[in-house]
Amino acid sequence: MEEIGLLMQGFAVALQPENMLLMLVGVVLGVLIGVLPGLGGANGIAILLPLTFAMPPVSAVIMLSCIYWGALFGGAITSILFNIPGEPWSVATTFDGYPMAQQGKAGEALTAAFTASFFGAFVAVVMITFVAPIIAGFALRFGPPEFFAVMFLSFACFIGMAKGSPLKTLAAMMLGFLLAAVGMDTVTGQLRMTFGSEEMIRGFDFLVAVIGLFGISEILCSIEDGLRFKGQRAKIDLKVVLRTWAELPKHWFLAIRSAVIGCWMGITPAGATPASFMSYGVARRMSKDPNGFGRGKVEGVVAPETAAHAAGTSALLPMLTLGVPGSPTAAVLLGGLIMWGLQPGPMLFVEQKEFVWGLIASMYLGNVAGLLVVLVAVPWFAAILRVPFPIIAALILTVCAIGAYTVSNAEFDIVLMLVFGVIGYVMKKLDYPLAPLVLALVLGDRTEEAFRQSLLVSNGDIGIFFHNWLSGGIMALGIALLAWPVLTWARGALAGGFGRARAA
Amino acid sequence: MSTTTLDIAQAAGRSSQGVRRTAMEVATSLTLALVGAAAIWDSARLGAGWGVEGPQSGYFPFWIGMILAGASLANLIPVLRAKGAAAEEMFVTWPQLRLVMSVLIPTVFYVAAIPVSGIYAASAVLVAYFMMRLGEFTWRSALPAAAATAVVAFMTFEIWFLVGLPKGPVEELLGF
Repeated sequence: MEEIGLLMQGFAVALQPENMLLMLVGVVLGVLIGVLPGLGGANGIAILLPLTFAMPPVSAVIMLSCIYWGALFGGAITSILFNIPGEPWSVATTFDGYPMAQQGKAGEALTAAFTASFFGAFVAVVMITFVAPIIAGFALRFGPPEFFAVMFLSFACFIGMAKGSPLKTLAAMMLGFLLAAVGMDTVTGQLRMTFGSEEMIRGFDFLVAVIGLFGISEILCSIEDGLRFKGQRAKIDLKVVLRTWAELPKHWFLAIRSAVIGCWMGITPAGATPASFMSYGVARRMSKDPNGFGRGKVEGVVAPETAAHAAGTSALLPMLTLGVPGSPTAAVLLGGLIMWGLQPGPMLFVEQKEFVWGLIASMYLGNVAGLLVVLVAVPWFAAILRVPFPIIAALILTVCAIGAYTVSNAEFDIVLMLVFGVIGYVMKKLDYPLAPLVLALVLGDRTEEAFRQSLLVSNGDIGIFFHNWLSGGIMALGIALLAWPVLTWARGALAGGFGRARAA
Repeated sequence: MSTTTLDIAQAAGRSSQGVRRTAMEVATSLTLALVGAAAIWDSARLGAGWGVEGPQSGYFPFWIGMILAGASLANLIPVLRAKGAAAEEMFVTWPQLRLVMSVLIPTVFYVAAIPVSGIYAASAVLVAYFMMRLGEFTWRSALPAAAATAVVAFMTFEIWFLVGLPKGPVEELLGF
């Protein structure tokens, strides 16, 4: 049990007073970000990332990952009290959370949501503690073809598991790859796709893109409905918490199932949002009383929250071990690792033991801190949404502009942020997924590098990706996932054709 | 001020006049296909084949551009075949668009003003404008809020975090 020893060393790092303080700051900021419309885990961390350059990497990652946990908790508050999902992954929580609040059971719903979130995260962290070193050890033997195969697989996952149109997913992803390629080609030093513009030589920074795509576009989308927050009162006291906790063990099987769904969806880059919907759907289908769902059933809060938090947490597993993030927020954290001078991937577990295990230990502590903070401070966080929308909107636009500027002290980046905001608005409204775009933008250079190195080794023979069972197997799985939408479509077309033939 | 911009929001969702979703889908697909075409053209210029030191600079973006153009054009097929309710669906109604523009246009001015006036003064004006124009605030509450925003942001970034943000004539006058 080497992991336990390493984990204890990690706790020694995470328990240092300044790291504990950063953890608390991170969680509070995170809940705030989760509650505010237009700020979420991904762009909140993107905005704060440049401010952490002066910190030691382990302290920086502890604070930023705690923002992520805080945001995961915060999403539930607005869903339950205001029927406004602060984050996409808490949409499913509104289905039963808001009806519960309307029936005056807001305290119970919130306690159940926070506890379920905590449970989901806890399962995922335990999973990471024991599985991550194994995967990292395995990945140490990876060469460029295997890395390309892993990235190919994770991008194929997006297309194979896309909820909407696979073509739109593909288009969004390719746009991300192209944006990543703009600027100087690191291998040959040639300028690519700058079209003679000097501003383009630096390329597109994914942090600027994330701030625009997720932040500005969200403000534009929210104003359409003319945001008027009509909230339910939040009253949480110890009695309600204890009473709800006494009820919750009844749902142990539901919680475990949801956590497993969440962990699985988090590792494959499907992310927290589909995980929460899937878990809610499965819970309703397996329930003895499916019609009670949507009318304020506590199971309808526990299932999506457990899964969302488990998925959000386990998205860090592939990010740490393979350098392939499982969610947009994990992608931003990965970008942070690169900026702090760390090389993401399996070597992290060999060369940066203190960093990795400090981070994993902080996940345990950060979630405990998160649970305490939200339980104690819910009414205050809820009060934020009583601030009129025009003030919130103006402040968020300001924060986004500052965040975009500080990435590389360039005023042009603020313009780019606004452009990305409009692009994000159009894409969101037309159901183009943003997550594959962001992941492609972050991983584009590394994917291309792995691709080119592999081809160099093989002298241009694509067969290199199938040269052994490992990369060949991963590639085959990826191709199978890519073929999935085609097969479904073909079956639908065939069935449709038969139907019409019979009718005629 | 009895009616604010937010008050018309109630009617915004119900109106049936606006930009059709179909039109927007076609425009987006064509734009993406053009981006793909631009990538293909630029990659072909750099060389998208096999050079002395392995794959040339254009090799990877060339194929990415091809896939993007292909996927975007293929996206047009279901859009153009849509009939009935799906074809009638709105991307954004005119009242909704007015709301979006009421945020977007001031933001464009804000971004344009930053290099001239610095970020603090521009942000203060943005806060005051939003409060008075989109909300029901008078200058009595908007001005102090605007000033507070600028001062708090200045203290946080310039003094606490030691991060220099764009500054303009006002800050210069004060000696920063």
